[in-house]
Amino acid sequence: MEAPIRATGILGFTLFSLLFFVCRSSPLHNLFISNAERRIDVTSHIVKVYLTLKVENAGTTPTSEVLLAFPPTQVDHLATVEALVTKGKRKKTTLVRLDVKPTELPDAPNGAKYFTIYLANPLNSGESTTLEVLYLFTHSLEPFPAEIGQSESQLVHYRDSALILSPYHIKQQTTFIKTPSTKVESFTRVEPTNRAGTEIKYGPYEDRPPYSFSPILVHFENNSPFPVVEELVREVEISHWGNLQVTEQYTLVHGGARHKGVFSRVDYQSRPTLSGASSLQHLLARLPPRVHSVYYRDEIGNISSSHLRTDSRKSELEIEPRYPLFGGWKATFVIGYGLPLQDFLFESSDDRRYLNFTFGCPLLETVVDKLTVKVVLPEGSKDPSAVVPFPVDQHLETKYSYLDVVGRTVVVMEKKNLVPVQNSHFQVYYTFKPIFMLAEPLMLASAFFLFFVACVAYLHIDLSIRK
Amino acid sequence: MAAPETSTAAVPTLYTNNTLRNAFGGVLSFFILLLIGVLAFSIRLFSVIKYESVIHEFDPYFNYRVTQFLTKKGIYDFWNWFDDRTWYPLGRVIGGTVYPGLTLTAGTIWWLLNSLNIPLSVETVCVFTAPIFSAFASWATYLLTKEVKGVGAGLTAATLLAMVPSYISRSVAGSYDNEAVAIFALIFTFSLYIKTLNTGSLFYATLNSIVYFYMVCSWGGYTFIINLIPMHVLLCIVTGRYSSRLYIAYAPLVVLGTLLAALVPVVGFNAVMTSEHFASFLVFIIIHVVAFVYYIKGILSPKMFKVAVTLVVSVGLAVCCAVIAVLIALVASSPTKGWSGRSLSLLDPTYASKYIPIIASVSEHQPPTWPSYFMDINVLAFLVPAGIIACFLPLTDASSFVVLYIATSVYFSGVMVRLMLVLAPAACITSGIALSEAFDVLTRSIKFQLPGVSSGAEVDEGETSSETTEARNDEVKAEKPEEKSKDRPSKKSKKKEREHVEKPSAKAKVKTKAEKKRLLALPLEASAVSLLLLIVLGAFYVVHCVWAAAEAYSAPSIVLTSHTRNGLHVFDDFREAYAWLRHNTDVDDKVASWWDYGYQTTAMANRTVIVDNNTWNNTHIATVGTAMSSPEKAAWEIFHSLDVKYVLVVFGGLIGYPSDDINKFLWMVRIGGGVFPHIKEPDYLRDGQYRIDSQATPTMLNCLMYKLAYYRFVETDGKAYDRVRRTEIGKKYFKLTHFEEVFTTHHWMVRIYKLKPPKNRIRGKTKKSKSKTSSTSSSKRGGIRKNPWH
Repeated sequence: MEAPIRATGILGFTLFSLLFFVCRSSPLHNLFISNAERRIDVTSHIVKVYLTLKVENAGTTPTSEVLLAFPPTQVDHLATVEALVTKGKRKKTTLVRLDVKPTELPDAPNGAKYFTIYLANPLNSGESTTLEVLYLFTHSLEPFPAEIGQSESQLVHYRDSALILSPYHIKQQTTFIKTPSTKVESFTRVEPTNRAGTEIKYGPYEDRPPYSFSPILVHFENNSPFPVVEELVREVEISHWGNLQVTEQYTLVHGGARHKGVFSRVDYQSRPTLSGASSLQHLLARLPPRVHSVYYRDEIGNISSSHLRTDSRKSELEIEPRYPLFGGWKATFVIGYGLPLQDFLFESSDDRRYLNFTFGCPLLETVVDKLTVKVVLPEGSKDPSAVVPFPVDQHLETKYSYLDVVGRTVVVMEKKNLVPVQNSHFQVYYTFKPIFMLAEPLMLASAFFLFFVACVAYLHIDLSIRK
Repeated sequence: MAAPETSTAAVPTLYTNNTLRNAFGGVLSFFILLLIGVLAFSIRLFSVIKYESVIHEFDPYFNYRVTQFLTKKGIYDFWNWFDDRTWYPLGRVIGGTVYPGLTLTAGTIWWLLNSLNIPLSVETVCVFTAPIFSAFASWATYLLTKEVKGVGAGLTAATLLAMVPSYISRSVAGSYDNEAVAIFALIFTFSLYIKTLNTGSLFYATLNSIVYFYMVCSWGGYTFIINLIPMHVLLCIVTGRYSSRLYIAYAPLVVLGTLLAALVPVVGFNAVMTSEHFASFLVFIIIHVVAFVYYIKGILSPKMFKVAVTLVVSVGLAVCCAVIAVLIALVASSPTKGWSGRSLSLLDPTYASKYIPIIASVSEHQPPTWPSYFMDINVLAFLVPAGIIACFLPLTDASSFVVLYIATSVYFSGVMVRLMLVLAPAACITSGIALSEAFDVLTRSIKFQLPGVSSGAEVDEGETSSETTEARNDEVKAEKPEEKSKDRPSKKSKKKEREHVEKPSAKAKVKTKAEKKRLLALPLEASAVSLLLLIVLGAFYVVHCVWAAAEAYSAPSIVLTSHTRNGLHVFDDFREAYAWLRHNTDVDDKVASWWDYGYQTTAMANRTVIVDNNTWNNTHIATVGTAMSSPEKAAWEIFHSLDVKYVLVVFGGLIGYPSDDINKFLWMVRIGGGVFPHIKEPDYLRDGQYRIDSQATPTMLNCLMYKLAYYRFVETDGKAYDRVRRTEIGKKYFKLTHFEEVFTTHHWMVRIYKLKPPKNRIRGKTKKSKSKTSSTSSSKRGGIRKNPWH
């Protein structure tokens, strides 16, 4: 069994990959994938790929690392990779999340990039396991035509490979692409290929060697708006008087096909389904429960088109930009709200405090190109440290707010290319002495006291030169 | 009102008690003043509470933008600011053409707050500048009126000013305009002038010049001060009231004030060159002559003096004639007689409508109607005459100033509705005096006749009043209510009072103090009733002011609201359009619109405009007006030559917003026609009537403004019914060939069109096409399909 596979592998590859084999033969070529199923969901502008891999260890040594390979063009758009493994037998299967980390291999063919899945239990020789991998691509639907008029619908290209790019031999694989509607202009055929309803099926393909690639192009209608937040700055300000003030500054753009030519309000109002079908009219922001003092404005004032619905579990803020966003149109706005502090600030066991808050963007179905989270700690807090479930750029700043003397420490975290799935929590730990809370009131009180003393003194001093 | 007096009952006339009571009165008036300040500030917050904290109207947006620039770039860049985003392609030197007082004030406040680490935005500071300064203005009113008629009148006047609707209309939160700080500066200058007049202190005279400098920085209305004060000085001299105090009050003001005024770039040499300032120099010369004469009179014997006078007068007359002749020749040589257009339209109310349509086109430059007086100063209009009479009894230097102030400001308010703002403080001061005097008399007569009040109290009462009001005597009080009662609404009480007043005024000559007190008293019932009526009058005023502040004057005009069955409906179309322009057009694109929207476009949309509310270049505005009144092709050529990319029109026909461009259109025609004679107003009128229905002239129905406003309007309701003009429009179906609609707001209030790029030169253009007109048009239509641009 082992020998023919290796033989085909060698046949299919260059001298370069031969070297590659020699160097790293043990982890890569002990494993092979007996069955792979890939479901690509292109209904919204975030491309979701569900990959089910059945990995078998055909080698002699146990291994605990499984590699995923991506072509370099896709890696730039890759927002997140998650891997799950099913545990237990039929009845009580539980999904266990596995660690996934980007990995550099020195001699990857054609610049392929890798992610390593670390298995919880090493895979022994002859054993197999099933991995569920979910990864999301942003900006992967390319509008074609790139510019559309108001009444045209938005068509996009999706490029991928009919075969799963993998450093392993794949015995059998199938790919399904789910389109938002039945309107598919064209798609590349890599036999066997067939299309039923909103689904295009590629495969099954048998016995493909490692790094097989077969480019496909699907051209279909996708009339969902493509809300992209080019830049989001979230500022979370902690006040130990009981409030958590969140201010979010958005630069929103419709990332779909660019609007061309006329925008006619009369068409837009009288034929809403035909005209401007892909325009972005409203967005939903999911805010924490017990939110208060919500505002929604931009640099020229309040935007009156928003609705807030609150219940005990969540708050939903439905916002409309000042004008419907067509492809390529931009808007900027600010959402701000206050939250009760006790829901988010806790004391850790080592007498430090920590803030537990969501990292990502509260807008649903929205891609964030660049996210900056700033946590403004109260004046006088020390030793800040942030715990974030994924790698981010971090640094510290100082901010001066109401009557500050030494300034507040700001923990700044930056992340690029973020999707709503990543709205996980992060923690910021710091130490704070409650006496600092009284600093500003005392300062004010003493300032007023001194002012009155000065007044009294002035009234009792005779400043005239001549009596 | 008149708090220190009314709060005192029967207090023994011990010296210690008196000082204690004075102190108490002082503290009380301090707190009353504080509350007046709070009242003045908070009554102006309706706009923030009902709408939002946003800059209002048009000019405030420009001021806001300038303030933003100042806080971002600093003071030196501000002075040197050449703004290339307006008046394209001419630009505007902002640093040299703007009154910097307001901007510098708000910028300083912002800087101060930020250096205290209070992170308020520039916008917030700008929004709340006007309410803060109206609190200052009411305190300044207190100082002024106190100098004229004492603390009681001062507090009353301050209260009235804190909520006078005319002033509220210009100083609600968000109304970030020059007048917001200028009225404070105006009143404060006057109060310092009177303070100097009363004290003769050079310290106050210097302070007065500095405040005058602030006023010059703030508002073009400073010319009112520099003409009113000389008038008053002249009045004093003519009526034989010359004193060294008058000299000290006036001479330093002219010298220092003119020097300081010339420092302001926008005024510069105008401070000595224009006719607006001549009066002050003339009076400056006169006061010196008078001072010299008084001095000579002091050192010479009467006989010698007479000789000197004849000598000087004969020589002086000859010199004067020569000088005046030269002056007149100089002034007459200038076409506007050395006066600026706005000042001239003040002196001759018909001037603007005859020669400068651009000034006449502004609604706030129209003469006011009678209801607007009642709306803006309400009951003060009736109290003013009483106050004037109170000022005459007795006539002091200070009270004569108030009389002069009210007289001139009434005239100016009659010329321009905007100058109602200058009238408001004068009306408040005189009404404050009137009310305070009336209360004074009425409460005293009640107190006198109340059983169980000892005569000691009355004497004491007399003392307090003489402390608080220096310059009045008791005869005044006796006669005053008689005059006052003329204005009172109730005829019954008026009659009653008059009967009773006859007596005391006749007998007022009696000298002994106790007797005089008794004679001053009005009958108890009459006083009580008139007191009650006065309170009702005051209550009516307060109710009106609160209503005006809440309903009439707090709308920010960029956001409109209407009450429907489903609740409040918000029309936020202007900001929708400006936000669209800001985010979805190129940063250097030029936007053409009528000049009203220039400031807002530069401030909110951050796009270059052709003309704006500064209106300094009539030709440029006329060019835009001509383009709007021309047919599409000609308009396209004009706009294209100005490098315009977008044209913005305001259209209220769908929702019934009356101040839209179609209603302003005749002014565009007039102003355009004033410079480019091929635009003739009668072409747009059918039998002298402005109409857009089927009776409208073809010129009207083919002009750009009509087309841009009504393009595809018929498709909304099928009839094209204009809700503002209340008619169906004349031409319903038409196409645009040189413009394309790129944005229309939700309620169609703002429509933005883009100029189509110029046509490619058609190859077969030389083909003689007289016989082929139909075929070329069809080929053109064929071309539409091929070429997306045409």
